[in-house]
Amino acid sequence: MVHIVPEIIKESVTNLVKNGERTDGRAFDEYREISLETGIIEKAEGSARVKIGKTQIVIGTKPQIGTPFGDTPNVGVLMTNTELLPMAAPNFESGPPDENSVELSRVTDRCIREGKVVDLEKLCIVEGEKVWMVFLDLHVIDYDGNLMDAAVLGSVAALMNTKIPTTKIENDEIVLDYENMMPLPINEKALMCTFAKIDGELIIDPSLEEEEIMGARLSIGMTEDGNICAMQKGGAQPLDREKILKVVSIAKMKTAELRTHLP
Amino acid sequence: MIIIITNTNLNTGTETSARADKRAFDELRNLKIEAGVLERADGSAYLEMGGNKVLAAVYGPRELFVRRLMQPNRAVLRCKYNMAPFSVDDRKRPGPDRRSVEISKITSDALSPAVFLEKFPRSTIDVYIEVLEAEGGTRCAGITAASVALADAGIPMRDMVVACAAGKSDGNVVLDLSEVEDKEGEADLPIAMMPRTGEITLLQMDGDLTEEEFQQALDLAIGGCKKINEEQKKAIKNRYGE
Repeated sequence: MVHIVPEIIKESVTNLVKNGERTDGRAFDEYREISLETGIIEKAEGSARVKIGKTQIVIGTKPQIGTPFGDTPNVGVLMTNTELLPMAAPNFESGPPDENSVELSRVTDRCIREGKVVDLEKLCIVEGEKVWMVFLDLHVIDYDGNLMDAAVLGSVAALMNTKIPTTKIENDEIVLDYENMMPLPINEKALMCTFAKIDGELIIDPSLEEEEIMGARLSIGMTEDGNICAMQKGGAQPLDREKILKVVSIAKMKTAELRTHLP
Repeated sequence: MIIIITNTNLNTGTETSARADKRAFDELRNLKIEAGVLERADGSAYLEMGGNKVLAAVYGPRELFVRRLMQPNRAVLRCKYNMAPFSVDDRKRPGPDRRSVEISKITSDALSPAVFLEKFPRSTIDVYIEVLEAEGGTRCAGITAASVALADAGIPMRDMVVACAAGKSDGNVVLDLSEVEDKEGEADLPIAMMPRTGEITLLQMDGDLTEEEFQQALDLAIGGCKKINEEQKKAIKNRYGE
């Protein structure tokens, strides 16, 4: 379904940015209110609910034992899947994941994988035969802009909240000990920061109104020591070198700020 | 060859009390309903019942793009029931399966009689039900939440449809079956009704009941519906005042 943005909204949002202002009165480098809860779904081994402004995502993890990929026989598997639920916005439709949903899954996955959030090698049970496969499912229930940052923040929180049974090998059998649960091996808290380009300016945490009229978008994933672990540009307009370098340094501060929301 | 075994005791505990969770035969699980929990949807509701966590959202009345579904004299009410992959013990693969398609259909049939669909010809009212956590009786929880979301969306209705199940577990006719009672019990009878008139808009049954037991179960379920309906009304009053 095509979503039409009235010209008058486009003009008013752009004019505000021209004057250094935003529709909700925020500064260009200011996030909306963030809330994060973990352990909200008892049946999921790990879970989180994240809100950035009115954007809301429920995330659950499900570890299962499976066979590793042939080229990485001693490494566990992380699978990220996103559902842009039709309840989240009037223009979201039910059905197989569309390109926006796949992009969100892949960028979230990339930030977590390349940022080495989970030590996947520790998820190997029997090399070449059995490893833990962690399914990370993101349920977007309310869409009010900037899904990427919410997705990564919530995913890291859900992974930190995840408990798996300890495993022992006895006579060629894997014994799962549910009495002794252990947290997933987490060794990094990589987070993502997204900027929208409006009228040449790059502004952080775009709201829905801003996303609808933005010319381009840049998401930057960063590890705790400030190294970049994932990036994604979206939108049809180009970005220039100076602006990119500027927001990379802003992202360093802002991902550190986001990290304070993690438990 | 590697065999996976687990060493947990899945204790269902029916031996100590008549019901696993020590409820009386006509006692509902803990219930919490909240209206207006989502920003974008026209109406929404969140419901917790025992271990169930269900979210319902309503969009509409709005333009119907699928021409072949369009009704010239009334709106169509479309429902989508969906379970989150993490809502159950073994991860559910995302996307519709036969069960969720059937539940979507009977939910639509259960809600439609209460809505003044004739006021909105050629349009659609879309109801989305998301099960975030499942613990037996999610279809009833979904219908109950969906009616609150419809009311929250300001859609004119004759009554607020409410759903509840009764059944037979361990030889006893009981109200509001939990997951264990549903899986191990002898019969399950979910119903939905319009409490003002007492008209029943959904009725399913599986298992084995005598005529007397059926009547008992039906009366229990009707009683349960009436109690849940009070909570539905409270949820709307909490959001909009008396």
